[in-house]
Amino acid sequence: MAKICYYAKYSVTFAANFNLLSTQFFTMKQKVLIVDDEPDILMTLDFLMRKAGYEVFIGRDGAEAIELVKEHSPNLVILDIMMPNVDGYEVCQFIKQTADYRHSKVIFLSAKGKEVDIARGYAVGADFYMPKPFSSRDLVKKVKEMLA
Amino acid sequence: MPWGFTFLLSVFYLLLLFGIAIIAERRANKKGSNISASAYSLSLAVYCTAWTFYGSIGRAANSGIEFLAIYIGPTLVAPLWWVIMRKIIRICRVQNITNIADFIAARYGKNATLGALVAIFMVLGIVPYISIQIKAITDSYYTLLQNNQKADTAYLLRGSVEGISLYFACLLAVFSLWFGTRTPQTTRHNVGMVMTIAFESIIKLVAFLVVGGYITYSVFDGFGDIFGQAQHYTAAKDMLLMSSSHAYFNWFILVLLSGMAVMFLPRQFQVAVVENTDEKHLDKAIWLFPLYLLLINIFVLPIALGGKLLLGSNINADNYMLSITLYKGNYWVAYLAYLGGFSAATGMIIVETIALSLMLSNNVLMPILVKSNRIPDHYLGGVALNMRRISILALFAISYLYYYVVANHYSLVSIGLISFAAAAQLAPIVIGGIFWKRGTQIGAFGGLLSGFGVWAYTLVLPTLVNAKLLPQTWLSDGIGGLSIFKPTALWGVSGIDSLEQAIFWSLFFNVFVYIGVSLVTRQKSIEHNQAELFVDIFKYSDIYESAVVWKGTATLRDIKDMLVNFLGQQKTEELLTKYAERYQIDWNENEQADSRSVAFAETQLASIVGSTSARIVVSSLIEEEHISVDEVVAMLQESQQLLISNQELKAQTEELFDVTEELQRINVKLKEKDIQKDEFLYTVTHELRTPLTSIRALSEILYDYDDIERDERRHFIATIIKEAERMTRLITQVLDLEKLESGAEKLQMSEVEIVDIIDDAIDVVQQLANEKKVALSVNIAPFLPLFMGDKDKLIQVLVNLLSNAVKFCPADNGLVNLTALVKEKMLEIVVIDNGTGIPKEYKERIFDKFYQAQMLNKSKPNGSGLGLAISKKIVDLHGGKIWVEDNAPQGAIFTLQIPIARLIVP
Repeated sequence: MAKICYYAKYSVTFAANFNLLSTQFFTMKQKVLIVDDEPDILMTLDFLMRKAGYEVFIGRDGAEAIELVKEHSPNLVILDIMMPNVDGYEVCQFIKQTADYRHSKVIFLSAKGKEVDIARGYAVGADFYMPKPFSSRDLVKKVKEMLA
Repeated sequence: MPWGFTFLLSVFYLLLLFGIAIIAERRANKKGSNISASAYSLSLAVYCTAWTFYGSIGRAANSGIEFLAIYIGPTLVAPLWWVIMRKIIRICRVQNITNIADFIAARYGKNATLGALVAIFMVLGIVPYISIQIKAITDSYYTLLQNNQKADTAYLLRGSVEGISLYFACLLAVFSLWFGTRTPQTTRHNVGMVMTIAFESIIKLVAFLVVGGYITYSVFDGFGDIFGQAQHYTAAKDMLLMSSSHAYFNWFILVLLSGMAVMFLPRQFQVAVVENTDEKHLDKAIWLFPLYLLLINIFVLPIALGGKLLLGSNINADNYMLSITLYKGNYWVAYLAYLGGFSAATGMIIVETIALSLMLSNNVLMPILVKSNRIPDHYLGGVALNMRRISILALFAISYLYYYVVANHYSLVSIGLISFAAAAQLAPIVIGGIFWKRGTQIGAFGGLLSGFGVWAYTLVLPTLVNAKLLPQTWLSDGIGGLSIFKPTALWGVSGIDSLEQAIFWSLFFNVFVYIGVSLVTRQKSIEHNQAELFVDIFKYSDIYESAVVWKGTATLRDIKDMLVNFLGQQKTEELLTKYAERYQIDWNENEQADSRSVAFAETQLASIVGSTSARIVVSSLIEEEHISVDEVVAMLQESQQLLISNQELKAQTEELFDVTEELQRINVKLKEKDIQKDEFLYTVTHELRTPLTSIRALSEILYDYDDIERDERRHFIATIIKEAERMTRLITQVLDLEKLESGAEKLQMSEVEIVDIIDDAIDVVQQLANEKKVALSVNIAPFLPLFMGDKDKLIQVLVNLLSNAVKFCPADNGLVNLTALVKEKMLEIVVIDNGTGIPKEYKERIFDKFYQAQMLNKSKPNGSGLGLAISKKIVDLHGGKIWVEDNAPQGAIFTLQIPIARLIVP
């Protein structure tokens, strides 16, 4: 049963957001949006960011990510690239081209590890590009650095 | 009927021929030569003369079916025309040759003496043939008269048979003179003559068929009636059988003889070679001419038998056709028969005299005139014409004389065969000339002289003896009492008919001497040159004109003056202007003429005086240098080489081009393969990255953080295990596919029970289906046979198909069905689901490796993306196929077929 609960948390965004919204009011934590279509990755990132002391928002695809950016204006976005419908590049482009959200840092976290993919990532305005499989320690270090 | 009517009919018929000739020529002048293949083929039927028309019946009546040999020979050689005649036609066209004497002279070193010899022999040999035409006309005319007069006047008329024949000889001579010598040029096709002959061929065939039909069906009651009646008549019965043991020898000789005569008789050469306007006409002639021979012989036996039955043996069988119709009192049919015979005779006479007169004037008289260095200063075309006129008159004179003295005593066929034998003497040197390069001039002389010598001795001499011109003892005891040299039984060989024996010996000596002497003598340079050209004509004909072998000095002015002498001012100007325009030269200059101009002049001359005389004229006027054999060959080969190397170069370029193209194609393919390999590698590593990411990150977390809740920790570890399994599966599948594709992994063939593999596959998938609450159903046709296959691999395929189906089914109300049946020696398994289905555009590529990953580029693949690729490979290795059905109402339908009749050996 525990397994199913865990999955529900990362699969059904609404529930997760509702859960987090309730705590937002009391704290002034920095906001981190994590976007990926793999539940396992989301689970991992959620754990890492929570432990690092950030407020975490979870998006399962690009469209959802854009909605969440508009709603919460996060300080940092960890973005996967290959996702259904709207991909990571487009999400990044949206963030960096909209004045209200331009301040948000963007870290691409992708299995696409080719030179061209990385170059394109920076071209659309990413602040950092980390290929999968990534080191959790490096990621946390990088996020802390960027939000310091 | 008054005698004058028949004579007038004959004159009227000749006038009709004039008319046809004139109309045909006028049309040809307007529209250009337009001899059709049919007209050409019909003109060849000039082969059928009065001999065929009257003589065959006589021969049949006396010797039975032997008459047929004369027509079987040409029929048998007709297919060879494509080889022999086509070659001769091409040679004549290239070398401007206008008759067979010219042909032989040209082949054996352009030797005028040889040409003259052939011409004289031909005249002597063919004279008897012309004389029997006169005889046939006279006899038929006489037969008509005899039946129309009372007995006493018939007696009077008998005394004037010679008179009648003289009238006819003169009439025909005048006609031939007028018909044959209207224009001096001889290479231009004589359209009028060909059309006239074609017309005559139709007349004689129609006449023969009508008269034959009349006798067979009106006088008698059809073929059955005639042959039936003949059975009771011993003499007639013998006709239908081979009479004696040597009949086969006779047949052989006659078939051989006629096969050669049909090509080398001067008139046949004239119509078949000189008048040929298109080599392709031979195609039609090859079947139409034999057909004509068949038709014209259909009624020969019935008429011959009918004549014997009705009239007995007292009447000359040659005239049965007339005698029977007159006996029955049907004059109209009799006149038709007369007309048919008349047309057969006139056709032969027209063509034969034209051909022989050309030979006589071009090869005998003209060379003498030219060599005597007394070339008249005025127009020589007129001289050439006069020579031909003289030749024609001389021919008729000799023929009539021969008829008067000799032919009167013989039947048509026996005289005709003498001429055939004469024509056949040319066969060895002509056929040898175009297929054998070694034949020499001296060999040709030797063969010709010995052949004609034996011919004259064994065939002509006996007829002269019988005509009481020579002592009788020569025939009975041999000359000087030497019986071994008896003309009718040479070497004392008896028991074979003298005629056939004579033919055999003459040809035997001819061939023997020709080959023997050729082998021991050497060719002169010009002979060698001509031999090369004749034998390899198809190789040289294209380049001949551009590679004239000639070295010497002459000015253009000289050449022009020479041509004016022969062709006349007007004609010369006309020809030279055209040539000058084409090659940009001025004929009035005192400039050196190049070899092409000289050759052009010689060709033009040849059309008037024949190639031999033309050669003499040109070489007498122009200072010619001696050319060695080597030079000649070198000159010819140079042009030849140029042509060949050009072609070779072209072929090589094309080949190179092909190779380049092929290389480019391979390169593109290799590049594609390379890209595919790269993509595969990239996709594999990419697919590995995803599980690895989770494993790495989660392991680090577990290591780094101690304060993890128990549930969370367990979940992390479960995920690590799950992802590790996913990686393992992927790696296994990649290796599987690689092994199958490289052929490293072979199928493990064994007898497979279809139900077994389906059960095993269902077992594997059942768990998954249960979890997702998908209903799995199976239909298996009863009594499915065992078949050879790899059990494990096939289970793998089914598991893949079934698990895919379950995976894409909606949860809770999913349906998956598997059906197995045997159709046309194929095991067919169909897997149907009610899932999301496969978009049409992906159906083709869904079996590609990782295609799933590529098509859903922006999302994570559901599964390894290799399952279908592996399945397809396995099915391929079983010799089967797998595909997605087009028209699934919903969900997807996968069908796989595996042949079960075939034992697959991996």
